[in-house]
Amino acid sequence: MTKPFMFEKPLGMRDTLPVLYETKVSARNKMSDEIKKWGYQFIETPALEYYETIGEASAILDQQLFKLLDSQGHTLVLRPEMTAPIARVAASKLLKQQIPLRLAYSANVYRAQQREGGKPAEFEQIGIECIGNKSISADAEMIALLADALKAAGLQEFKISIGHIGFLQEFFLSILGTEERASILRKFLYEKNYVGYREHVKSLPLSSIDKQRLIEFTSLRGSEGTMGKALGLVENNKGQDSLAELKELSAQLKEFDVEQYVSFDLTLVSHMSYYTGTLFEVYAGQVGSPIGNGGRYDNLLEKFGWNASATGFAIRVDRLAEALGEPIQPVAPECILFSPERRLEAIGFAREKRSEGKSVTIQDITVVQNVDAFTRTFSEVHLFVGNGGNGKDE
Amino acid sequence: MNNSFLTIAMPKGRIFEEAAELLRRAGFRLPPEFDDSRKLILEVEEENLRFILAKPMDVVTYVEHGVADIGIAGKDVMLEEERDVYELLDLKISACYLAVAGLPGTKISDIAPKIASKYPNVASSYFREQGEQVEIIKLNGSIELAPLIGLAERIVDIVSTGRTLKENGLVEYAKIANVTSRLVANPVSYRIKEARITEIVERLAEIIE
Repeated sequence: MTKPFMFEKPLGMRDTLPVLYETKVSARNKMSDEIKKWGYQFIETPALEYYETIGEASAILDQQLFKLLDSQGHTLVLRPEMTAPIARVAASKLLKQQIPLRLAYSANVYRAQQREGGKPAEFEQIGIECIGNKSISADAEMIALLADALKAAGLQEFKISIGHIGFLQEFFLSILGTEERASILRKFLYEKNYVGYREHVKSLPLSSIDKQRLIEFTSLRGSEGTMGKALGLVENNKGQDSLAELKELSAQLKEFDVEQYVSFDLTLVSHMSYYTGTLFEVYAGQVGSPIGNGGRYDNLLEKFGWNASATGFAIRVDRLAEALGEPIQPVAPECILFSPERRLEAIGFAREKRSEGKSVTIQDITVVQNVDAFTRTFSEVHLFVGNGGNGKDE
Repeated sequence: MNNSFLTIAMPKGRIFEEAAELLRRAGFRLPPEFDDSRKLILEVEEENLRFILAKPMDVVTYVEHGVADIGIAGKDVMLEEERDVYELLDLKISACYLAVAGLPGTKISDIAPKIASKYPNVASSYFREQGEQVEIIKLNGSIELAPLIGLAERIVDIVSTGRTLKENGLVEYAKIANVTSRLVANPVSYRIKEARITEIVERLAEIIE
């Protein structure tokens, strides 16, 4: 490998400069204020975790993990997502105090990029987890809170697609019989390869009715009639149970008054393999990838020795900032240029300004080579130069 | 949202004519200057459509990043690029296949034979599945030259009629995958502009086969 240039950063790592910083801070603060209003408590967890705990519990592919060794030879990972660390904290401590437990986070996560180095390998997620809450009202709360938080952040148009991995699984199993066969079809859906899906279905030794059912499955999305169509396709009780859950969820979302933001899509599958029930993705038109996702994961807590169901979501702050569109310019400070003999005066004046809530830069004029170039970015310039006279505004 | 504005990425060159013809048959009113225009962006206001003309290899890239909502791309490109896009429909046009070819009557050497291709990922995963260790050489065109001049022992390329291979004295050794053009969609557009995209899929599906 060639020696990196002095200004280079590792693949996928990015600097955040003032404008993006302000935009992200604003989006994050508005979202976290809303999340707090719903009674969620923010926590932090370490960036480094054991590979054997978080690395394995996490749904992120092994080759996407940043791994390193600590001084005792344990393999560590940079956390690739926040759900598994939160599940660890909850299982080890907090669940002993309260169930259901409502936790929130905003933190950077790390995923090594496979290709095209431009994509960020470190990005911030803000999200919540509601642990020990099996009810559908918890699923509804996730989606309602998500919609309210996005609105609070200033996002006007977005869409939340809701699916049900349990329904998909039961539907496939009822027709195909084995998990092995079901996983092949699931993989086609996950790879978004509908052509391959249809070809595979045609090649299966099934009755033409079952083949037709599998093919019609791919149209269980979007418009109003989705649930009705789905009901027509299922036979066993289990699939019907999942649909009943979604119906109930749909009714509750109306009560929360967020139904205009959601649509049901039973073909939705996630790269997060720990989801067990409802799952969802959020889209904003201007951004080419989902800005966030979430869902129910009833088996993850078991890995940490606690049998509890849970649900949550995570929003990518960088994509949310992109979706918001309008970058926020940092507020330009005022500037006091002083000559050394009037420094005391300048310091006093700056203190006064700051007590009024203004941002003030103080700068010794004798080391400024080009005063015009230096003062260009300030909102106002005060001079404390030479003998006597008051601070003169320019 | 049934009439939301839609951007379609079209492949320039070989696939273009068949793709344009297919869209016309599906009832899309494409501008007459479409076929010989050198413009890269063409708008059809009455259809609420915008077409962008891209290199076939780049169509999936435009779609993945969402600057095009849907696109027409060869399966060869999709296999090579592995982009995160929905593969909605097999358009069954521009049929060809990916194959391994080389000089007749030759065996590949045991120690890391050289394979030249415009599709390094496809070539690499094919030979890995065969359990062969190979050295892949990426070329950008005239792949048939590689075995003739001794750069590589085998090539991986698309074959449509087999004429180019024949004229250069090469023979096919193995078929890797069938290739036709596919309708692809950006994952976000697929959900946000769902009604519009579904309508296009249905219109096209009706005239295929």
